Amino acid sequence: MTQRITIDPVTRIEGHLRVDVEVDDGQVSKAWSSGQMYRGVENILIGRDPRDAWAITQRICGVCTTVHAICSVRAVENALDLEIPLNAQYIRNLIILAHAVHDHIVHFYHLSALDWVDVVNALKADPDKASALAESLSTWSGNSRHEFRKVKDRISGFVATGQLGIFTNGYWGHPAMKLPPEVNLIAVAHYLQALEVQRHANKIVSILGSKTPHIQNVAVGGVANPIATDSQAVLTMERLMAVREWIGKLEDFVKNVYLVDVGVIGAFYPEWTTYGRGIVDYLASPDIPLDTKGTRFALPGGYVANGDLGQYTPIGSFADAGFRDGVSEAIKHSWYTYKGGENASLHPYEGETTPHYTDFQDDGKYSWMKSPTYYDKPMQVGPLARVMTMLAAGHEPTTRYATETLNRVSSIAGIEVGLDAMHSTIGRHAARAISCAVQVDELAKQWDLLIANMASGDKSTFNAPTFPRGEQRGFGFHEAPRGILSHWVVIDNGKIKNYQCVVPTTWNAAPRDNKERPGAYEASLVGNPVADPDQPLEVLRTVHSFDPCLACAVHVLDTEHNQVVQVKAA
Amino acid sequence: MTSLDAATDPQRAVLLGVGNILLTDEGVGVEAVTRFAATHDLPSGLSVLDGGTSAMEMLDDLEDLDLLVVVDCVRVGKPPASVVVLQDDEVPAFFRTRLSPHQVGLSDVFATMLLTGRAPRRIVIVGVQPVEVSTAMGLTAEIEAVMPQVIDAVRRALAEGGYPTQPRKVVAGAH
Repeated sequence: MTQRITIDPVTRIEGHLRVDVEVDDGQVSKAWSSGQMYRGVENILIGRDPRDAWAITQRICGVCTTVHAICSVRAVENALDLEIPLNAQYIRNLIILAHAVHDHIVHFYHLSALDWVDVVNALKADPDKASALAESLSTWSGNSRHEFRKVKDRISGFVATGQLGIFTNGYWGHPAMKLPPEVNLIAVAHYLQALEVQRHANKIVSILGSKTPHIQNVAVGGVANPIATDSQAVLTMERLMAVREWIGKLEDFVKNVYLVDVGVIGAFYPEWTTYGRGIVDYLASPDIPLDTKGTRFALPGGYVANGDLGQYTPIGSFADAGFRDGVSEAIKHSWYTYKGGENASLHPYEGETTPHYTDFQDDGKYSWMKSPTYYDKPMQVGPLARVMTMLAAGHEPTTRYATETLNRVSSIAGIEVGLDAMHSTIGRHAARAISCAVQVDELAKQWDLLIANMASGDKSTFNAPTFPRGEQRGFGFHEAPRGILSHWVVIDNGKIKNYQCVVPTTWNAAPRDNKERPGAYEASLVGNPVADPDQPLEVLRTVHSFDPCLACAVHVLDTEHNQVVQVKAA
Repeated sequence: MTSLDAATDPQRAVLLGVGNILLTDEGVGVEAVTRFAATHDLPSGLSVLDGGTSAMEMLDDLEDLDLLVVVDCVRVGKPPASVVVLQDDEVPAFFRTRLSPHQVGLSDVFATMLLTGRAPRRIVIVGVQPVEVSTAMGLTAEIEAVMPQVIDAVRRALAEGGYPTQPRKVVAGAH
């Protein structure tokens, strides 16, 4: 018997996503991913000054503000062939990395963990046993018996007052929840501690970006942070020393808590290494440029074909022609039209954003997302793609943290878990934690580089751009927390003539393309178990493992409807 | 290392504008607080925050507040361009029912603050029913016309919460 389940909207994500699945004998046989919000921000940019684009594009999304700002200035700099000072590169790198660390910690503990952790079940835990277990796995200072008792008291008070309902769609008591009470308690304690720790990452972004949530300091040509070692209101040594202290706290948490927890949770859900594989063509961009031009990067990136690390094509520089020429977007199943017809696939420089809404048509148009391809193939992007490409490139820290994590899972689960297990729902969470550990180390390295460069007497942070007459085209890419982001700009006589953003979630949440190939979410859902169609927790686990961010999002409050989060099982 | 006990900061208040300024009236909250800050002298302890559509990034700023005034675009079944004030018993509904399709929004921040015991002691929502939420920058003329009413509601909410503000005197010829 085939049953259709519609989840609209998927909650605990950014933006408005609808997911439909057909379930046969308790398994997903077909899936549809549909972006439910029109994102025509590109049209707002046409005719504007390219120097203003970053400030506008960072309003596309509430979670990814900084990433659009960074990507936009890179695109315009590429169009002008403009190098930026080394200090500016380092300051941007610090913002990028602090933002990524923040994003990964929050995604795991505050948005995804509730798919795996049963908060109510933690009340059955013995805090002493929980402490003994946690201390056997990590040197973290927050694993004491006293701490776990305090947390247990706090949850029991919270549950007693009936306030747990504010956590939307927490599936407490669902049969797919498998953690022992002690592990649930450890996870809840770390959830609360993560709230404290994420502040340090946010403060780094705020100090260097001059403001948060919307940073103010980037500019086409560099950054607007004057550097001085002795003056207030600019980037002083005192502020930089505070940044270094916060980096240290983040390092401690990411390596001794986050990375460990992912391994522990993974070990209790070994079957989830066999679900959620989907597309194994991986695309990630290199990032954290180490020179003024963007030809050397601390973190490598590129294309891994068919999940095979031996089939790796690196992306070499900010001007990489291979990347530039490989991207195109189809709209056969999207609510848009192209002048060239339904089957056309357009390069972003030629991109068109012409809405054409129909109803949700299973075999026709059903999403506001376009379908991007790389050399005519749908891709998976995000932390798993990033880890796969960095492993393929032989990046030592990535190899070290990946090995450590797989060994930890193997040892706790008592089974041999190899790299192939990474191509899965739980593997995406593991990859995010591995990536986060690599990024927090890199954060410390970039701090050292900035300090050393300043000590050498270089105070430069900005190269003024000039806009020649005529047309220039440029692209910028950035390995954002959710995967590769690219902005594409066509400038004509100093004004924006065309602008396209190809965002990570579009790659992953894409509908079928013009050759009927499913997007990454759709492919990964096929084969997922669904125990209870009224509580499709398993579907959410796989969707959430991608960390969806459907940028754009309307933010209108609605008090007319009591229940707007609908799970329809028909 | 972690503190689960409510902090004992001096009293403070935040005027928070939320919404997306790329979607016409959806950005009314951000627009209102930006204008308010530009035209009023603020007492000490009161800060103004443009939250855009962000969420957990605002946590630090919103914890342990004496008063939180939120300006947002709301759908409350009133005619377009209506201005409403929600307070006391009406506030939990604001967070518990749909805040937006943006589920990782203010409601998650609020849930988190309840869990940690650091939620604002008093919350007032100044809501504006939108006329249009299409993709463009700038408010519609109808919402522009009620902006003085929105600003006034904000000023009253702040004053009633113990944070009186004065319109800034414009010095003739200053422009």
